[in-house]
Amino acid sequence: MSSPPRTCPAKAGTARVVRPRFVINAGLVLILALIPVYVAATSDAFALTLFTRVIILALAALSLNLIMGFGGMVSFGHAAYLGIGGYAVGILAKEGIGSGFVQWPVAIAASAFYALVVGALSLRTRGVYFIMITLAFAQMIYYVAIGLDRYGGDDGLTIYRRSTFGGLVDLNNKAMFYYLCLAVLLASIYLVWCIVNSRFGMVIQGARSNERRMRAIGFPTLRYRLVCFVIAGAMCGLAGALLANHTNFISPAMMHWTRSGDLIVMAVLGGMQAMFGPLFGAVTYLLLEEGLSRVTEFPNLILGPVLLLVAIAFHGGIDGLIAGVRRG
Amino acid sequence: MLYFIEQCLNGIQLGMLLFMLAAGLTLIFGIMDLVNLAHGSLYMLGAYFAATFAAWTDSFVLGAMLALAATALVGMALEVVAIRRLYGRNHLDHVLGTFGLLLFFNELVRLIWGPAGLTLSLPSEMLSAVQILPGLYYPLYRLVIIAVTLAVALLLYFVIMRTRLGMLIRAGASNREMVGALGINIKLLYTLVFGLGAALAGFAGLMQAPILTVQIGMGENILIAAFVVVTIGGIGSIRGAFVASLLVGLADTIGRTFVPDLLHAFLTESASSSLGRALSSMMIYVVMALVLIVRPEGLFPATSK
Repeated sequence: MSSPPRTCPAKAGTARVVRPRFVINAGLVLILALIPVYVAATSDAFALTLFTRVIILALAALSLNLIMGFGGMVSFGHAAYLGIGGYAVGILAKEGIGSGFVQWPVAIAASAFYALVVGALSLRTRGVYFIMITLAFAQMIYYVAIGLDRYGGDDGLTIYRRSTFGGLVDLNNKAMFYYLCLAVLLASIYLVWCIVNSRFGMVIQGARSNERRMRAIGFPTLRYRLVCFVIAGAMCGLAGALLANHTNFISPAMMHWTRSGDLIVMAVLGGMQAMFGPLFGAVTYLLLEEGLSRVTEFPNLILGPVLLLVAIAFHGGIDGLIAGVRRG
Repeated sequence: MLYFIEQCLNGIQLGMLLFMLAAGLTLIFGIMDLVNLAHGSLYMLGAYFAATFAAWTDSFVLGAMLALAATALVGMALEVVAIRRLYGRNHLDHVLGTFGLLLFFNELVRLIWGPAGLTLSLPSEMLSAVQILPGLYYPLYRLVIIAVTLAVALLLYFVIMRTRLGMLIRAGASNREMVGALGINIKLLYTLVFGLGAALAGFAGLMQAPILTVQIGMGENILIAAFVVVTIGGIGSIRGAFVASLLVGLADTIGRTFVPDLLHAFLTESASSSLGRALSSMMIYVVMALVLIVRPEGLFPATSK
């Protein structure tokens, strides 16, 4: 709260202080890395399935956080990219193309292309209008998926074979698949970190806080924001490809608007403008959901008010709490 | 031609129901600057209350009136307990908080009424069809919906444009600090507006209940349609919401009816039916995207900020 703690890092600029946030982030990554070991020791196979899901959705929330937390673009249709990535894998698998070297790039390219179209049309609007138009575009894709009779329509489509990588990685090996997801997530966090701290990222964040000023300085902010939007879409498409491989199933429900709401919840819960925020958010939200549904038959009776409480009481989500530890 | 008129009537009926939801949403948007994802839950509650009370009292009308009062009360209680604390926060906090409320209400309904849906049956005299044009029979109840919602819309217009309360509501939308400074109890005003919005949503739910099954999550898809209406109309504008409701209602119904036939002229039977289904469900979103591309603030942007 008071000023002395804030001036500390500046004074101690030369000495490397190990910050609590770093310790907590590293601790979480370490725990996640050890999950398969725990599973091998206890043969609690469900934990691996749960945490694979957590990590994949954390990747999706991370991509949302890039545009929402750093770019100030509140997309309420982010689950659409999850669905597009998933359907790219599912459709190619059904048509007999099982190679991940084809499926995954197609998933990324398709969602990037869709993000380009949506972004080009909707980035001209602001505030609630932007929230609503991204929602509308996601609903469109949702109904397109329902109309795809050949690929299951409303009922969805089972994927009988996971993506193959020519013997390089075997996705049917659950631990290996888990580590692949974790590696993709950590690489993506690093990528987001690089983007945010680059000149490009500075422009994006500048446009969030004062777009008119950024334009006055001479940056074509719309183009910058659009590129950022496309990167986020592509990243979420990759998460969709992972999710389809994880569940062996795709359906329009992947992109129902409440799924987009879930992603927003994860990003906000973890704390936006924090690199590891979406991961914390996904871990907290999904574990809370899972834990509550084991204790009670009506988990959302507790989960709902918890979200409301977080919205009312906490600024900055879990990361804000961690930062509070540092200050206090 | 008769078929076309019948579909137009269906479209108007859907549009009027959407208006009941959208009017509340746009009031809450415009006055409290709140994104309320839980609005669909109030719609659902209205339907559940109506089904329950109608079964208790054995009268549709009495049940509907009790349900209306109950939904308004729930809305006001919700405002006092939770929503009030979200004013003045950013839209993301609204989304997070009201998304939590939506989960809560869905679960609460499952706890109270169980996972299976309810049905609300109409009084027998409502079940008939009337001949409105030579050769065109139309279900009486749907006409009743159009008439009653139109009456409510007029009443709403009267309340907002011609009464002291309405004047305060309009004043609150354009400059809330000034209204507060002039000695108006702004907290009470907000609670009343939220209650009014809840009552309108509940009303839409209970009117729709006899046509559809009363089930959990029934408010979710129609909520999105209502958001589309609010966005097309211009956030905060009731007049815009009215025009946009009819536009969306007609676009949706006519799209569903005629797009598959239109496609059939070019495509095979199965291709046109599946593509047509997708295209017609997308219709309202296409309309919305087009409107926002041409007019990023909607058709009737509220002039005040």
